[in-house]
Amino acid sequence: MELLCPAGNLPALKTAIDNGADAVYIGLKDDTNARHFAGLNFNDGKLAKAADYVHQRGKKLHVAINTFAHASGEERWKKAVDNAVAIGTDALIIADLGVLDYAATKYPDIERHVSVQASTTNLEAIKFFKNNFDVQRVVLPRVLSVQQVRQLAKTSPVPLEVFAFGSLCIMAEGRCYLSSYMTGESPNTVGACSPAKYVRWQETEQGLESRLNNVLIDRYQADENAGYPTLCKGRFDVDGDVYHALEEPTSLNTLELIPELMSMGIVSVKIEGRQRSPAYVEQVAKTWRMALDRYQQSPEDYQVEGAWMQTLANLSEGSQTTLGAYHRKWQ
Amino acid sequence: MKFSLGPNLFFWPKTDVEQFYQQAKTSCADIIYLGETVCSKRRELKAKDWLALGRELAHDTNKQIVISTMTLLESPAEIVTLKKLCDNGDLLVEANDLSAVQIMHDLNMPFVAGPAINCYNLSTLKVLLKQGMTRWLMPVELSGDWLKTILIQAEDDNIRDKFECEVFSWGYLPLAYSARCFTARSEDRPKDDCKYCCINYPQGRKMNSREGEQVFVLNGIQTMSAYQYNLINEVNQLNDMGVDIVRISSDSEQAFTQLDKFKQQLLTPVKHPLDLESECNGFWHKIAGMSVA
Repeated sequence: MELLCPAGNLPALKTAIDNGADAVYIGLKDDTNARHFAGLNFNDGKLAKAADYVHQRGKKLHVAINTFAHASGEERWKKAVDNAVAIGTDALIIADLGVLDYAATKYPDIERHVSVQASTTNLEAIKFFKNNFDVQRVVLPRVLSVQQVRQLAKTSPVPLEVFAFGSLCIMAEGRCYLSSYMTGESPNTVGACSPAKYVRWQETEQGLESRLNNVLIDRYQADENAGYPTLCKGRFDVDGDVYHALEEPTSLNTLELIPELMSMGIVSVKIEGRQRSPAYVEQVAKTWRMALDRYQQSPEDYQVEGAWMQTLANLSEGSQTTLGAYHRKWQ
Repeated sequence: MKFSLGPNLFFWPKTDVEQFYQQAKTSCADIIYLGETVCSKRRELKAKDWLALGRELAHDTNKQIVISTMTLLESPAEIVTLKKLCDNGDLLVEANDLSAVQIMHDLNMPFVAGPAINCYNLSTLKVLLKQGMTRWLMPVELSGDWLKTILIQAEDDNIRDKFECEVFSWGYLPLAYSARCFTARSEDRPKDDCKYCCINYPQGRKMNSREGEQVFVLNGIQTMSAYQYNLINEVNQLNDMGVDIVRISSDSEQAFTQLDKFKQQLLTPVKHPLDLESECNGFWHKIAGMSVA
């Protein structure tokens, strides 16, 4: 099972490889990928350097071109595919059917992975991608329970990749317009959810307030940790009850599912967080490498260590982790 | 231009559904979509009941009847039901997931690509046309300009006559889908023990900010806009750019009044000021969806 780590810049990429990643995924410096943040990602020169660093160490590079091509700018997405192929990417991660069609036709020999943003949650949808674009991998959205992943893994004609750790997107990815409803910009169209330019913090008499495009997302008392106002993780009022109506600030952590994921034949576990620092990537890569190696050395004795959980919790939103939808009770 | 009633996205008791569609029979809609698109646990009407109701409507009216299908399908059992609906023999099908596109293609049958199919550009539209799509609804977050660009490109590519274009024009917008049931969560229940509680909220549950601003509507695993989308002032623009069908969502009996209003607007346009407390049209105008241009 491959350990696939995120990198938003060259230092993060090197850190990921040096700390045990089997493969790294990155995006270009424009709106063709779903982590289009200021100061993040790779221009053409850095892209080539990234590929060299990874390949010299016998590891793999995946390039995410996983937003949806704009009606008036399809060429930009096609050019992103061309650039990624030119520097020798090992795989293209794509969500848009038109972009997949382009990649499959023009570069049939370059691996195509169906991005999580394509929201592929069942066998017939997987068949659609296999039949039309001969894809080599499908990344599953974070909406399936472990039982559902197992069922799918048994019958899927395409190898599966799952999310293992990182910020928890609670909606079926690629099918969430909450961000554009509130700000005009969404992951699908601009490659960012709850974009930073709409965020405002304000000290008030009632506490510290976080707002997104002026909508109050949360209000914190002095003893509470304030988190980034991702709009689905704030506290809202439903008929007089104020609570995290959609989700709490928390991160996905599936260390304890390693034996199950292995037994299902999942080919890759993905760490979320191209927007995170090299220090974050180092800690997560190192911990996951240790856990995967421990399992492989002695599957029967595998146990999640408290220290691993603590390290990952410290890196998590709200300092807490969850199994998310993998665990039916979460649903 | 034609007018359609979109599928009802909420969960109503069977008698309420039947009553609604009795009224729909005599409404001015040219096309009626019906079926469960949100949650497979909602079984006041089972697949066979939806098909029977669809056939009754087709028999009793001259309207085109379309069976709408689920958006988030996660289990083999849901796929079995989806196949039953797709292979119904006579009624057109609206696909809201690529699984349905795959099944319709295997059946060699035409289909409508619903708003939850991510078609953002001409290349994707062409992929779907090759699969058998005959009608397209763009994702609700896209603007009028975005749509116009694609329609012009389709014209230039000589494929504009291969599909009809329908636009979601009135009602609570379907915005997101999750594994989690937010209505069950709002009652502090796990999804597996939801007691089908959505049925108690025929208009969903409003989720407001702590300042009382209406933000979203919780509708089971679906999150919707808290304001009703309203493109009544844009109907003539839609017509001019070649949109074939205007969709009015079946939120409540209000839908029938809106159908009449929209139809009237096409004949005699008048400016309808939108209610800032309950309506929005931002997506069409390329600004925050919840705002009014």
